Amino acid sequence: MSVRTLPLVFINLGGEMLYILDQRLQALNTSEDNSEKVLNDIVGAMFSKDFMDELLKPQQLYSHRTLKTVLTRLAHASIMRLNQASMDKLYELMVMAFKYQVFLCPRPKDLLLITYNHIDTIREFVRHTPVVVNQVDETHRKIIEIYSSLAEGDFQLLRQTLLIFFQDMHIRVSLFLKNKVQNPNGRFALSPSGPVPHGIDVPGLIRMFDRKGREVRRGEFPTGGSYTSPIRQGCFALHGNRVITLGMNMYVGTVLTPQETHTSKAPSVKVTDDAPNLLAKEELNLLARLMGSMKAEDMPETETGFRINLFTSDQEEEDAGASGGAEQCLFGVINIQAMQDEQAATQLARIAGQFAEGGEMPEELSSSKGDDLLAMMDEL
Amino acid sequence: MYHKEKSIQIKNSASALYNNLCALRIAPRRLTYFTVVHANVVNMVSASWDGLNYSHRQLQSKEPNVATSTSLIMQAAFCSLPSRDLLVVTSQKGIQVYESDGSIMVYWHALDIPETQTGKVASKLDFPCRFLSLGISTGAILVFDVPSKGSNITLSDVLEGHKESITDMASECCGGEVCIADLVSADDGGNLCVWKSGEEFKLLNHIPGFDISCSSVKLWKGTVVAGYGTGQIRLYEAVTGILHAEVNAHARWIYSLDIAPYSGLLLSAAEDSLVRVWHLTMTPESQSVEIAHLHNECVTDTQICGAKFCDADGYAFAVTGYDLSEIIRYTQS
Repeated sequence: MSVRTLPLVFINLGGEMLYILDQRLQALNTSEDNSEKVLNDIVGAMFSKDFMDELLKPQQLYSHRTLKTVLTRLAHASIMRLNQASMDKLYELMVMAFKYQVFLCPRPKDLLLITYNHIDTIREFVRHTPVVVNQVDETHRKIIEIYSSLAEGDFQLLRQTLLIFFQDMHIRVSLFLKNKVQNPNGRFALSPSGPVPHGIDVPGLIRMFDRKGREVRRGEFPTGGSYTSPIRQGCFALHGNRVITLGMNMYVGTVLTPQETHTSKAPSVKVTDDAPNLLAKEELNLLARLMGSMKAEDMPETETGFRINLFTSDQEEEDAGASGGAEQCLFGVINIQAMQDEQAATQLARIAGQFAEGGEMPEELSSSKGDDLLAMMDEL
Repeated sequence: MYHKEKSIQIKNSASALYNNLCALRIAPRRLTYFTVVHANVVNMVSASWDGLNYSHRQLQSKEPNVATSTSLIMQAAFCSLPSRDLLVVTSQKGIQVYESDGSIMVYWHALDIPETQTGKVASKLDFPCRFLSLGISTGAILVFDVPSKGSNITLSDVLEGHKESITDMASECCGGEVCIADLVSADDGGNLCVWKSGEEFKLLNHIPGFDISCSSVKLWKGTVVAGYGTGQIRLYEAVTGILHAEVNAHARWIYSLDIAPYSGLLLSAAEDSLVRVWHLTMTPESQSVEIAHLHNECVTDTQICGAKFCDADGYAFAVTGYDLSEIIRYTQS
């Protein structure tokens, strides 16, 4: 499958995360300064040269667990602290939003436009901090450079890789349900109507040709849908009108209500892997490289971190904890890289645990931590 | 024309891969086998014709010699050779060949192209007569010689006709008739290569594409039927490359085509949630092929990834969709 998924996954998931955090920080009446600082720090970490260079290397897409760990680390590159339950819910929202965008993406190449929508909004968030804006622009240029040369077939493979990654996730998001883009059974609405994607002809026409290539007959057939002509193509440059709206901030002007997290009872396959689990080691390698390449934020002595609960009531946090079953289901289904190796799983859990509530503060996560990680893996 | 029947539940949902449904009819036992790929697992269902018995089996892509993790499967397809039926499972690392019920692996072949270089392996395959051909992401087609019994399958040829990743291949076994072309291969650029199989395969024709992937291709009575990412279906005369017809069939990427050879019925399915049934007719006077639309089925909110006729007349067909854990069936009314 595609080896070019990671950069797009991080930018899009990270973008969704920032949308939600921004909306939440505002809803909780966080001070302007704190809000801006949080977003700047996270964007700075995510779009740092080292981190992006790691992501841009051709490589397989790793597990949800690894992604969540890295995204948690990114979130904690700021002065904000999220507890485990908040992070879990945040991840679910992010993933369902991105799944929706990938599912409805009109043409495979439009994945880039969705990504650019995220980048554009991120740029807006950090517009007062030129240093970070530069980082975003630099990354954007690199993405344009690398992905412009991919053919449509490569993008479709990329999209298929992402769809496999999101398979069987049907968490219902209240905003989607309200806007009728998601059905009560958790599936996204796909309507056989509307404008066809750019470059595609409206269905309904049959043309016959003679042996000399001249058209000799035309016919029409009923399409069972109501399609219209395509709208103009979005802009793939650094700045411009992307035209499609997937990937834009849908939380603007909304109130983020606690969503139901019912996962549908999708039958899951237990993938037992008797062979020594080298992939777990590969994932830890990736984790170490990504962590090591992230800037460790220096925490000024005077400033203290602040905790936010993303999803309001205590009862809800409890519920979130109780729906750990749902989380299990999530991981159970996406068990492609089977973390059967207990030691590896414990290591990963330990790393993830570092960033949970009450975990160590970021300034301790210096390069020595990276070394510790590498040392750990040698023992595997 | 068709009505929906009771669906068959499968253990996992179908992955978003081209042509992700295969069916094999076992007339003597009044059974049909279906295969659907889910990530790194092949779901096999054996369904009895009276609708009373279903048995399930799952195969994982595991390379016997390699102790690394399982890899994602690109395709699972039945190969009906004159003397035997086989199930071929292709993954990122290579191919495995099983007996048609999935019980025993008879052969495996690891691709020795390092993964990092090709980046991906798209393995599509089809079976002119006693050969099994496998298309890979470099554009090469590996041809395997399959004996009528036993597991002595050998790599006999490598065909170079494409520069881009092979997406689908189709063959036609002409039986007693003289057959000029019996294999067609399609790639990510929409290019089609038409071959004649034999001790040495011969490239008969190259039909250039338009930089749009041809995701599904079929061969019927010397006509190539190709489905593209633009939602178009094109009918070409295989040997000459003459375009007979072009249909703006779907509003999204076509994922699957199938033909019922006895009746000339054509099935097309796409990401736009629609399955369409067409009729192909040969017109000997104009030496041409015509296509007429017969029927539509909409699978609500589903991007369809596999559609297959269950029999050679096209009396019934089955459909799979991304994230759907069932095989939906339709029968002629």
